[in-house]
Amino acid sequence: MRPKTARLGGVLAAGVALTLGLAACGDGGTEATPAEGGSSAAAPGTIKLGFMGDLTGANAGIVIPPRNGAKLVINEYNKTNPAVKIELVEYDSQADPSKAVALAQQAIKTDKIVGLIGPAFSGESAQVAPVLEEAKLPSVSASATNAALSANGWKYWHRVLPSDNVQGPGIGDFIATGLAAKHVFVIDDKSEYGKPLADAVKSALEAKSVKLTTDSLDPTESDFSSVVNKVAAAKPDAIFFGGYYAAGGNLLKQLRDKGVKDAKFLSGDGSLDKGLIDGAGAANAEGALVGCPCYIATPDVTDAKVKAFADSYKAAYSADPAIYAAEGYDAATVFVEAIKAGNTTAEKINEFIATVDFAGVSKQVKFEANGEVSAKDIYIYQVKDGAIGLLGKANEAKLG
Amino acid sequence: MLNDFINQFWPATIDGLAFGSIYALIALGYTMVYGVLRLINFAHSEVFMIGTFGAMLVPFVFGINSPLTGIALVGVVVAMILAGMLASAGTAIALERIAYRPLRKRGASRLAALISAIGASIFLQELFALLVIPEVFNRPEQGRIQMALPRLMERSELFSIFGHPVRIDQIFVILAAIGMMIALDALVNRSKIGRGIRATAQNPEAAVLMGVDINRIVRMTFLIGGGMAGVAGALYLISYENTHYFVGFLFGIKAFTAAVLGGIGNLRGALVGGITLGLVENYGAIFFGSDWKHVISFTILVLVLMFRPTGILGESLQQARA
Repeated sequence: MRPKTARLGGVLAAGVALTLGLAACGDGGTEATPAEGGSSAAAPGTIKLGFMGDLTGANAGIVIPPRNGAKLVINEYNKTNPAVKIELVEYDSQADPSKAVALAQQAIKTDKIVGLIGPAFSGESAQVAPVLEEAKLPSVSASATNAALSANGWKYWHRVLPSDNVQGPGIGDFIATGLAAKHVFVIDDKSEYGKPLADAVKSALEAKSVKLTTDSLDPTESDFSSVVNKVAAAKPDAIFFGGYYAAGGNLLKQLRDKGVKDAKFLSGDGSLDKGLIDGAGAANAEGALVGCPCYIATPDVTDAKVKAFADSYKAAYSADPAIYAAEGYDAATVFVEAIKAGNTTAEKINEFIATVDFAGVSKQVKFEANGEVSAKDIYIYQVKDGAIGLLGKANEAKLG
Repeated sequence: MLNDFINQFWPATIDGLAFGSIYALIALGYTMVYGVLRLINFAHSEVFMIGTFGAMLVPFVFGINSPLTGIALVGVVVAMILAGMLASAGTAIALERIAYRPLRKRGASRLAALISAIGASIFLQELFALLVIPEVFNRPEQGRIQMALPRLMERSELFSIFGHPVRIDQIFVILAAIGMMIALDALVNRSKIGRGIRATAQNPEAAVLMGVDINRIVRMTFLIGGGMAGVAGALYLISYENTHYFVGFLFGIKAFTAAVLGGIGNLRGALVGGITLGLVENYGAIFFGSDWKHVISFTILVLVLMFRPTGILGESLQQARA
């Protein structure tokens, strides 16, 4: 039975991959064509930057905001009539690493970009970074958080937000200190993202001698009652779920329906999406806490720089800045600063990136030698009245 | 460990019964089609998926987004079950007509029908992801993202067993499923159609000689099996309040497992298999962790088949007597 189902799964996967591949090929032709003109050679006085990520697939919801953020900076810069204008070329990788590599080749050889914002996700980043390294082309990702990426000795790779190695302990400390939880139930979805994150939270809690109970779930299932019954029997003060919002929302609903009402529900950046609230229902999601290495400007923000960003973002896209929008803005700003300083070749820009140190929207932007950003802040968000709002930095946040 | 089991025994039992009932309803479709045609209808998982969306259509069309009570609640739930049945039964009949009958007429091998079933399954999934969900449910570019149903039935506690609350929606699912089973059992064992189905299952050639319209019987088999999957789809939607284009995959495998576990071709076996699977999964998860659920259920399946190769009840549709 198992092999038969596995084979069926394989057939399905192949079918899906084929469909995606075809769709992606269809897009590739138009995507590569620059928005204005259509010639691949840059007009005199114009240089090209790339943006790569899943712009049309299942996860586009967390890639479009950083793309919008990046566009915003570049438009602002071009409006000042500089000697060298910037053109942003979009590469829709659909989060498929092999497609991303092909697009990177195209960006290097045909479009001759001088820098890449992205790739958006960790999987594609791992494949694309070596290609960019060989071409000596700098990249700054606004959303790839896998911890292992910075351990490859890459000289041209950067990211503008801290890794999962920072996120897990940050959330763990918040649970132990901010929430003062004595007994925590940690659940993971066994994915490449969810398990390491849950493990990092576990070790942070263990270090503070918080009592732990654990279980794992299969996110493709709809019924999490066995997990829920364990939580109900354990009666923890807080529950942490390492996984994505689709399963997170269902889990949260089933927990609250089973009468697990007092335990705080927490999750990581994979659950920082309105889908968490839609899945759980507004009443069940109320009060849920989500940690993220990202900074989302909420409408009530007071900082002048962030407010200016939020206002112009809203004016341009008639929506509040969503996840990674500020990081996308900062990643593009890195390149704009480099070009402003008169660096127009990839090599020069990369040298400049090593020295940048400016106040971005999301944080002070300054890179370490391995490409990691120096600022290590983790933020905690809370669901309030059916919307996700910022509670504060993980090491300072307190429940109101 | 044993302490955990004692603590979680009752909630696990209730959840296992509710989920197992849904498995059982889907398993009926596998078992009936197998009994009559000796064909594993792998596209049956998509019949279930379409049932969930058929049921979803009712609150969607009427724009219901807050819990209902009284007559309105009963009306909407009944309408959802009927819509689910209609969507699923229609799909099942169309499948039989388009994907199986042409092959059967030309005397194609069972393997060809199996491939046809897998092809139809992928086709239906992609049709929903690319066209139906974006267009009909007005969710452009969200065809692959799960769709939530607003809460229709308040989840009030009905009673409690040894301090463990039992909710009204759980009892509703179990009772509705068992009710459908009893009705189906009576239909197959008492009615003329049922006699035709049993005759065809027993010996198709002899049934034709006795004047049974075999195409009609096959169509009825798909219709009834599809209708049961539609009920399962509506009950699933009401209790889990979400669905997506891929929801049938895991359910299809589990329900097929339940059918084999109970004895494929045997209607009561589907009920026994479904409930057993639901319970075993939940009990096993208490000991080994929830991520071991699938391992446990398939281990049980292998063990049962080692000692009872024809499944728990064994006896198949053709030998069943009224």
